[in-house]
Amino acid sequence: MTTDTTPQFRPEPEPVAPVQLLDENGVLRDGAKPSMSDGQMLEALRLMVYGRAFDTKSFSLQRQGKLGTFAPLVGQEASIVGSALATDPARDWLVPQYREAPALIRHGHSALRIALYRMGHPEGGRIDPGVRVMQFNISLAAQIPHAVGLGWGMRMQGEDGVAVAYFGEGSSSEGDFHESANLAGVVKAPVVFFLQNNQWAISTPREIQSNATDLAARAPGYGIPGVSVDGNDLLAVYQVTAEAVARARAGEGATLIEAHTFRMWAHTTADDPTRYVNPEVKERWAKRDPVERIQKYLGTRGLWDDERTEALQAEVDAEIEAVFQQASAYPAPDANEIYRHTFADETPAISRQRNWHLGG
Amino acid sequence: MAVMTMIDAIRQAMLEEMERDERVILMGEDVGHLGGVFRATDGLQQRFTSKRVVDTPLAESVIMGSAYGLAMTGLVPIVEIQFLGFTQNCFHQICQQVARSRFRTRGEHPAQITIRSPFGGNVRTPEFHSDSMEALFAQSTGLKIVMPSTAYDAKGLLLESIRDPDPVIFFEPLRGYRLQSDEVPDGDYTVPFGKLRTIREGDDVTLVTWSASVPVVEAAAEQLAERGISAHVVDLRTLVPLDEEGLIAAVERTGRCVVVHEGPATAGFGAEVIALLQEQAFYSLEAPVRRVTAPDAPYPMPSIEHFYIPDTSLVMRAVDEVLKD
Repeated sequence: MTTDTTPQFRPEPEPVAPVQLLDENGVLRDGAKPSMSDGQMLEALRLMVYGRAFDTKSFSLQRQGKLGTFAPLVGQEASIVGSALATDPARDWLVPQYREAPALIRHGHSALRIALYRMGHPEGGRIDPGVRVMQFNISLAAQIPHAVGLGWGMRMQGEDGVAVAYFGEGSSSEGDFHESANLAGVVKAPVVFFLQNNQWAISTPREIQSNATDLAARAPGYGIPGVSVDGNDLLAVYQVTAEAVARARAGEGATLIEAHTFRMWAHTTADDPTRYVNPEVKERWAKRDPVERIQKYLGTRGLWDDERTEALQAEVDAEIEAVFQQASAYPAPDANEIYRHTFADETPAISRQRNWHLGG
Repeated sequence: MAVMTMIDAIRQAMLEEMERDERVILMGEDVGHLGGVFRATDGLQQRFTSKRVVDTPLAESVIMGSAYGLAMTGLVPIVEIQFLGFTQNCFHQICQQVARSRFRTRGEHPAQITIRSPFGGNVRTPEFHSDSMEALFAQSTGLKIVMPSTAYDAKGLLLESIRDPDPVIFFEPLRGYRLQSDEVPDGDYTVPFGKLRTIREGDDVTLVTWSASVPVVEAAAEQLAERGISAHVVDLRTLVPLDEEGLIAAVERTGRCVVVHEGPATAGFGAEVIALLQEQAFYSLEAPVRRVTAPDAPYPMPSIEHFYIPDTSLVMRAVDEVLKD
């Protein structure tokens, strides 16, 4: 240890500009070299449109009383889908919060289960064997330690899988985030901490969440690198996540990614953001729409046009309609479901309670 | 067969199971090089390397939460939480995340994790180290609660816990770590969950207890015997699952019952035992069931802890009361 007689108070690091490859008009920035293939961009666009349409349908069903409270992803499609595309469903784990439906679908989780989950059906909680996703975690930040264990456990067993944890800037105030980033640093867990800074934790704005001006700049405090990215730029999100995944896979440990984005809809269907979101700010973010941005870029490359937008929308809407029809027709759970799956084997107490409840 | 202390039996169980099953890992604060603050894991890191016996940062929530992730990859974690009081720092991970994982995924993501933690008083620990919090965990459905009182049971129940497909919280009575020794077989054996242990047979009154309170109740039964009162003493061993049949039969035998535990009275596990007896054994009861517990006060400073924890004289007073009724 080198010592000094004069105190050196470290100032807060200057915020680093987020990585951006596509500007707000969908124009590739000078020197930007997208690592996504055309095929991946088209796959991502489809998932983004799918995610938005899934929420649109869910919202309409919720307003008809046919579906419960849910948290929509609108505005965050590039963050969610761009990061998911940087993972390999065969070996990586996705550990979601609750807005990441298209990421889970791309990873092999069925849209039907997500529809059932939103409809409050117990079967919506099931994760099919072999699908490397964790269930949504509505208890914020509690999922982040799980990702550390998943990554660490794979590494202990000689696998090269990576775990990606999704959470928001609000969750980054929770102890579980800090404990997780710290442990991942210590054990070099192959984890990507994917922080979606959507500016709002229900009604609490980003400024109240932390006095730190740059959340990614916290990473060195845990002994891991951090990076900021324009969360509405699909190409940039994919690129930084792919690098973080590659580092983790190569045994170099965890990365914190802060994706700057904006929650364009309400926190959940139970929320009213007109009480707290400044419409001018929202308008500014609307111009940065992640779906339109990648469509414009693909358009300049001759890979996209209005006709294709319409065709994709129709195709996706029909698919989602079918999913929700299937979910609505799903057999209703019976009361016995409450008594199943608390333990592998029923305890005498549960048997007694079941017999009394269902026997009468 | 050898006589060993409870802490040696606990270490022996982990050692044998880690040799038998390479999926089993051990993690916690100071469990590695030091061998645990009570030496429950002494020598295990040297034997199994720091990959399988992991010294973690001081952060209970991520210890528990990462154990859950580790379990999802097929490993079988044993987590040591240094003192039961510190489980409050990871209460959410234990009760909401780990304990209900099987239920919320419809059986697809069971969490095979054993949480070991020392608890209990009369060892003059600093504040926040001695609380008996079994009742808090009993409300956390999906978690099995194992509370051994002998070295034999500690080994057999710990082996059963590690192999159980569900999460188990394994309470280790601090006072018994080195004071309690008894015969422990070499090699593999398990003690099944949900089967109480009859410590002594008697006909006048049934004393129901578990873990740290067992020696107190045994001593009370001895003294009662000298006064010609024959106590039937049972150790529940596991609270979840509870041996309802065994408990009811033990109480029906005498028609009188006193329940003894170290945690506070209100909504303590004794209340659950008594509610069950009231529902299922009411017509066999000759007198109201009584309980001897800690008062509804926080665990006190060491100089007065012996007034807080049920002792033999309080147990005997309660027995006198139920015999008079």
